[in-house]
Parts: sequence; C-alpha cells; structure tokens
Amino acid sequence: MTIISVRNLTTQFSTDEGEVRAVNDLSFDLSRGETLCIVGESGCGKSVMAMSIMRLIGRPGRIVSGEVLFGSGGSSVDLLKLDESDMRKIRGKKIAMIFQEPMTSLNPVYTIGNQIGEALSLHENIRGATLRRRVIQMLDMVGMPAPERRADEYPHQLSGGMRQRAMIAMALSCTPDILIADEPTTALDVTIQAQILDLMRKLQSELGMSMILVTHDLGIVAEMADRVHVMYAGRFVEKGNTEEIFGSAMHPYTQGLLRSIPPLKKAPPDSRLPTIPGMIPSLIDMPAGCAFADRCEKVHNDCRGRDVPDDPCGVGRLVRCFYASQK
Amino acid sequence: MRHSSLKKKSAVIFQGFSPRAAIFAIAFLAALAMFAPIIAGDRPIAMYCDGEVFFPTFSDSISDEKIDELKSKGAWLVMPPIPYSPSSFDFEAVLSPPSKRHILGTDGDGVDVASKLVWGARVSMSVGIVAVGIAIALGCIFGAIAGYFGGIVDWAVSRLIEAVMCFPAFFLILTILAFVGPSIYNIMIAVGLTGWTQVARLVRAEGMRIRELPFIDAARASGASDLRIMLRHLLPHTLRPVIVSASFAMGGAILAEAALSFLGFGVPPSVASWGSMLSDAQRYSGFGWWLTLAPGSAIFIAVMAYHSIGERISESGGRDA
Repeated sequence: MTIISVRNLTTQFSTDEGEVRAVNDLSFDLSRGETLCIVGESGCGKSVMAMSIMRLIGRPGRIVSGEVLFGSGGSSVDLLKLDESDMRKIRGKKIAMIFQEPMTSLNPVYTIGNQIGEALSLHENIRGATLRRRVIQMLDMVGMPAPERRADEYPHQLSGGMRQRAMIAMALSCTPDILIADEPTTALDVTIQAQILDLMRKLQSELGMSMILVTHDLGIVAEMADRVHVMYAGRFVEKGNTEEIFGSAMHPYTQGLLRSIPPLKKAPPDSRLPTIPGMIPSLIDMPAGCAFADRCEKVHNDCRGRDVPDDPCGVGRLVRCFYASQK
Repeated sequence: MRHSSLKKKSAVIFQGFSPRAAIFAIAFLAALAMFAPIIAGDRPIAMYCDGEVFFPTFSDSISDEKIDELKSKGAWLVMPPIPYSPSSFDFEAVLSPPSKRHILGTDGDGVDVASKLVWGARVSMSVGIVAVGIAIALGCIFGAIAGYFGGIVDWAVSRLIEAVMCFPAFFLILTILAFVGPSIYNIMIAVGLTGWTQVARLVRAEGMRIRELPFIDAARASGASDLRIMLRHLLPHTLRPVIVSASFAMGGAILAEAALSFLGFGVPPSVASWGSMLSDAQRYSGFGWWLTLAPGSAIFIAVMAYHSIGERISESGGRDA
C-alpha cells in the first residue's frame, strides 16, 4: 500500500549564473513499512529532494513542478498544495526527518529533553510531567543510557552517537508514518554507525514506519534497503530492488559505483581501486542528453543531444541509458 | 603586531573600571535608588512613643504635625542617614560648602545636595532601565524579523532602521519631547524609540547567521512555526551582542537624560535629577564647586560602570555555538 507518491518533482535554485535544476523530474512511490534508499554522490540533489518533500526549501530555491501525494487511496493530499499551517501539522507528526549533522542539528541552548519534547508539545499538546515521561520513554527506546539524567543534559555533553540517538528520539517522538533520514550516519564512526542502523531498523519494524534513507554509502544500502534508486545530477538513473542493483546493475554509473567498493577477496598486489573519472557536471543550464555522458566509458556519439527516456532498452525497470547492459 | 602594541600603549591611560568595581558601582547606585526614602528624607524612619511604633517614611497618613507632637512628647526616633528631603529648604545654610551638617553642601535654595543626589539616582537608573528595555524589545522584534525572513522583509526593515538612524538621535529626542512635553516618562520612551536601531542591526546580523544552522531546519522539520523558531531558537543565540549593546546603551540613556534635564527638557523642577542639578549649578559655577562635583561624578561613575561592563563582556566573547 503506497503511503507517499512523488510525481515529477522538480526543484530549482536561482543563481547569478542561471537556473540550477537540483532535482529534475523525480518520481517514486513508497509503500508502508518499506525502506527506500536514494544513492548518489555528493551534490547530486539527494538532500534537496528530501527537503523538497518536507517543503523546507528556502530561497533562492523553489519547487517548480510536481506532486507529493501523501496518504493512501482516495484520501491522499498533495503536500505541495497544502497551506503552511496544514503543512506544519504534517512535519514532525506524519513525516519526520533526521539530519546529517548530529553535532549541529540540536540547538545548543536547550537540554535534549526539552528539544525532544518540542514536537510532542506542538503536535500532541502534552505538557509537564506527562511530557517528561514521554520524553524519557523515547530516550529509553532509542537506547540512551540513563535516560532520566541525559534528558537534562545539553547537546555538548553528549557524544556524537548519543546525539544522533537523541535526534532519532526527536524525529520518532510522534510516531510518524514516514521517516526521512538524510545521511544519518555519515558523521559517525563505523561502530556507532552499525549501532544506529540497527536501532533504526529495529524501530522501523516496531513502529511500522516507512523510511527514505538518503546516503552515498553502498554498504548501508545493502544492509538496509528494500529498493534502491540511484541518483545522478538531479535525476534517477536506475531504479531496482536491492538484488537487482547489487546483482545485475544495468546503468554504467551504478556499475561504476559498485566497482569502486573495495573487494573483500584478495586483490592483485599492485592493482588500484577503480574510480569513476571526472566530476559531477555543473547543473546550470544542462544540455539535453545523458548527464553522465562525459564520464561514461560506454559513451556513444548519440548519447548527447537527445533526452534519455526512462527505459530505452526495455529492461523492465527504470534504467536511463541507451546502451544499458549487464557488462 | 599592531593590536598588541595598541594594547600596551593603552594600558597607561584609564581603561575603565575593573568588572568587580563596575558591578559594585552599579549595585551601589541601584541600592541608592531603591532605598532612597530611607537614605535621605526629613521624616523619621521609625518613631517609638508610649508603647506605639510609627513609620512616618512609609505612611503618609502620619502628618508632619503629628510627628512634631510626638517629638515634643519625647519620642524615641530613627532618622535617615541624610536627614533632609530633596524638596525641603534649609534657609540657615544656603549655598554652604560641604560641612558636617550637609556632607555635600547645599544649593542656592538651601536644599541638601546629598539628598538630591540620592533621589536623582532613582531618575537616572529608571531612565536607563526603561529606555534600554524599550530599545531592546523593539530591536529584537525588528532585528529578528529582518534576519530570519530576509529578502524583501529584510530590505524594508533595514531601510526603516536607516531612516531612524540618519536623524541625529539627540535632536530627534529633543523634537519628540517638544511635541509631547518634557516628563520623565516621555524621556524614557523617546530615548527607547531612538535607541533600538543598534540592537536591531546586531540581532539581524546574528539572525542571518543562525537561520542557516541545521538546528533551525531541524526545528522546522518537527513542525515549529516561524514565530516559534524566532522566539525559541533564534533570539537566545543573539543574547550576547544584545547584552553588550544594552550595557553601552544604559550608559548612553543616563547621559541622554542628564543632557536633556540640563537643557531643561527633562524632569520638572520639583524632581531632582543629576542633569537638572548640573543645570542649577551653572548659576554658581564661579565658586560652587560642590554643586557640580557631586552630580558630575555620579554621572561619570554610572556611565563608566555600564561602559566597562559592556566592554568586558564583548572582550570575553568568543562564539560558543
């Protein structure tokens, strides 16, 4: 059952050099209880997409077209058409978000208990001792040691992992339907990463949430995802379930990403880890044609100058490449 | 290099009070202002007569005749340390220099200078607090709106700030007072209405920095409204520059009140204020040094103390956030 359906979402930023189309005609569906991973390198528009769904894009950015249909069946609403006060009732209550930087996403002047209580007091109108009980319950749920003491501590007194736990407690305090996690573990070291991911998976199944996980770490994707959407220069270039992406990637970009993971089996002594040459192109006034063409090893002359449809090779899922093949 | 050499040089000249001395000076003046009725006045604080206790200072129902009657009965009484009111005249000691009877002397009407000084502290301290309170409230509102929303709102507020700033503050205050009439409350409001621009500019600048920080997005993502974000998440972070500017403004407001009273736009003649004391002293400037020394020193100490505190806080200010 689909809980959120994003249709042709396009977000642009006005700059002095021209219009930057950071998110270009994205469409996807998310089912109840499902985990969708959005993968791509830095600057491909992953975070802008996440912020666009929450309608948290500020100037000079704006959402120019598309629909974000939230809810199932006939009762769905287009979040992009809601007025601001109705949208506020969705944020934090129905759709919650975890940010990349646990260090700076907590306000340094309030205790974490106070901040976790903010969404609760906004949406469920509870105060005083009841609120405190709920906050401590949340902290306990995210595995914070000594929750009653931690609730009265300030962000600077907590370690990075504990702050991210506090952020998760904050996001989940109103048991949202959808959790959008924007690189939730990037700022944490590897052992803490594993703990946080375990925690998120456990809470997801307990609360029956859907999750959109934005990341550039393919290890996390393999661990967490039900379905994977690979993003490049503001567009999805390949969609598939986890087996399809890791087992039979069709798009040269996805294949390049997968090759750049260090292999576990012994590599020849002086071999180098393959990388994708070049950089993500400037998104200002993009020419028609495949955005990956300049870095692609399978590039043909006719890749440029014409727009690539969703599935030109008839793979049966979105693979935005004229020359998609498994090898 | 340049900075250190400057510092070395300026160590020779007077740099203001130490923080401890400044806080002590302000606390002392505030205490004078608060306890003025029991420090200076011509009515006894307490009287004891025939098993009954009276507190004439705190009770207007005890008339002066009654006090005289009690005195004649041989009542036991406690007088304030300065036993003169700022509106009672001692005709036997007009223009007397500091003496045992009048520790800071008397003015041309025979009014005790020490008593006027103590009651004048009330005017100066309250003008400082109320005027700066108005300035900070307005400055925070306008600054937070401009800094948080940016864009056209920021443009409009910034032009308003510039419009207010481009008038010389003192003459703007004089003009306002010319229309509404001189009174202590009008001074407070006029000084507040002209003083908010500095605070607004600081809060605006801090606000523009803070609004880009991730925790503002996090607050919006949990459903907080713009007003809530401004009050709860933005303003607390602008506190340090606001406190610094408030303590400078406090000195400025005291100075403004003194200047206005000196020019006759301030408090009515029946109310003692440091500025009006200086104004009165002009007539005797040839010989009445005690008339200028006392209020002049009081103004200097008050302004300097606030200034030193502001300076000290702004020096100590690294950013914590």
